[in-house]
Amino acid sequence: MSDFLGYLLTGLGIGAGYALVASGLVAIHRVTRVVNFAQGAFAVVAAMLTSSLLAAGLPHGFAELTGVLTAALAGLLVGLVAIGRPGTTPGTSLIITLGLGIFAYAIEIVIWGDQPRSFAGVPGVAVVGGARLQAHYLLILAVTVPVFLAMAAFFARTDVGKALSACASNPYAALVVGIDVRRMGLLAFALGGALGGLAGVLTTPVQQVTFDSDVTLLVNGFAAAILGGLTRPVVALGGGLLLGVAQTLIAGYGGSAYQLEVALVLMLAVMIVQASRRGAVPEPAR
Amino acid sequence: MTSGAALEVSGVSRAFGGVFAVRDANLSVAPGELRAVIGPNGAGKSTLFGLIGGQLAPDAGSVRLDDVRIDRLPPHRRARLGVGVVFQAARIFPGMTTLENVMAGAHATTHAGFLAAAFRLPSHRREEREIRDRAAECLRRTGIEDWAHRPAEELPLGQQRALQLARALCGRPRLLLLDEPASGLRTAERERLATLVEDLRGDGLTILLVEHDVAFVMRLADRVTVLDLGRVIADGTAAEIRADSRVVGAYLGTAA
Repeated sequence: MSDFLGYLLTGLGIGAGYALVASGLVAIHRVTRVVNFAQGAFAVVAAMLTSSLLAAGLPHGFAELTGVLTAALAGLLVGLVAIGRPGTTPGTSLIITLGLGIFAYAIEIVIWGDQPRSFAGVPGVAVVGGARLQAHYLLILAVTVPVFLAMAAFFARTDVGKALSACASNPYAALVVGIDVRRMGLLAFALGGALGGLAGVLTTPVQQVTFDSDVTLLVNGFAAAILGGLTRPVVALGGGLLLGVAQTLIAGYGGSAYQLEVALVLMLAVMIVQASRRGAVPEPAR
Repeated sequence: MTSGAALEVSGVSRAFGGVFAVRDANLSVAPGELRAVIGPNGAGKSTLFGLIGGQLAPDAGSVRLDDVRIDRLPPHRRARLGVGVVFQAARIFPGMTTLENVMAGAHATTHAGFLAAAFRLPSHRREEREIRDRAAECLRRTGIEDWAHRPAEELPLGQQRALQLARALCGRPRLLLLDEPASGLRTAERERLATLVEDLRGDGLTILLVEHDVAFVMRLADRVTVLDLGRVIADGTAAEIRADSRVVGAYLGTAA
């Protein structure tokens, strides 16, 4: 029983990382209709930069925050390239993000090399209800939960959040009421970058990062996001947590080699089922 | 150069694939005027509407709102300058209630900053309350107050049109653009719309009404502009237009 509780909490911690990546994908897709294949790179850039800053002697907190803000800036840059030109279709933007995601490999290898990196998180072992797990997993949850609550409040209660939601609902109507849809799209990319970056800095102490870690994060994040058709953040959160727990349980009770396959099978199953109903990725309203 | 016109369209052209949809169009709408633009199918009415509303940019010519050039501005900037647009197609926000849709129309007029909103400061709460009251008034005026808390996508076509109108009014426009507002409406809805448009003109609002239904506009409009094959072929009061042989020719398809 304590094994199970340990796996569950560990799985939630890993799933929180997927959920953050997924919610970044959802934030960008809702507002711009673009599936951002560079989403995993934000996590890698933030994690790598944080490891460098910590190695240079900068304090925890400051290093992680700098990593997340740099990822937000990277998100803004990806957005500028992908949707900056008026009239770029979401399909074209998707290919641009795919290209930028691969281009990021080159930059990451030049700056940080191709070896795995990590940095220390919360040290020690925590005991919860008889279950032993790395204490850092509790920090991941302690940060992720308030972030999701803050995002919910941001979208529901602030003018900017409402304007983002209006773009998500109908970009044509949003323009008519005076909302700068392009600027909101760039803001969504920056937000997506920050969320991806947060996933990177939170999970690196328990899962070291390499330049191509973005694939795992992206596949898992996308699998979680597609559950809600890339438009429902709450479903993406639930999907990410579920995926993390499922993978940890499978790894804990046997096949540790099959973690990524779990996400891929889930993602394909969801997409096939949804495609037969109404298209996995909904078309925008006009 | 000040013309005193609320809306001044000068020498505007727009071609698609080498074919002129609007060619050298001129139009001057006085403040408080209710102007109708009519014309047969393919006359360029919708293109002209898009050129004023900002969905299209002209190839040549200028569009001025109260002597400010707007023809190169994107639609959201024109909205902030006071151009309220009601499309023929229902461009609403699905997933939001009718009231929320109309409140979104006030986006162009909000001033409280991001931080005020984030921390729910008094200035923001006051502004939000004021917008809610204004939205409720717009719903009442357009006759859809009973739908206020229903999802907007559940509204029938006529009410979705009314919702767009309420949303535009909530943005306190200086110029209201209506694209074939009577199309697809039942007779009673059409009467109600006519009454509302007359009321709005009574408030002093400048209105440009693009309409296929000639009978509908003839009794409402102060002046009527007639388009045919992308050109303005006549401009005058309803009585003058009725008597104009070129207009009759354009509509009956005979040589003008």
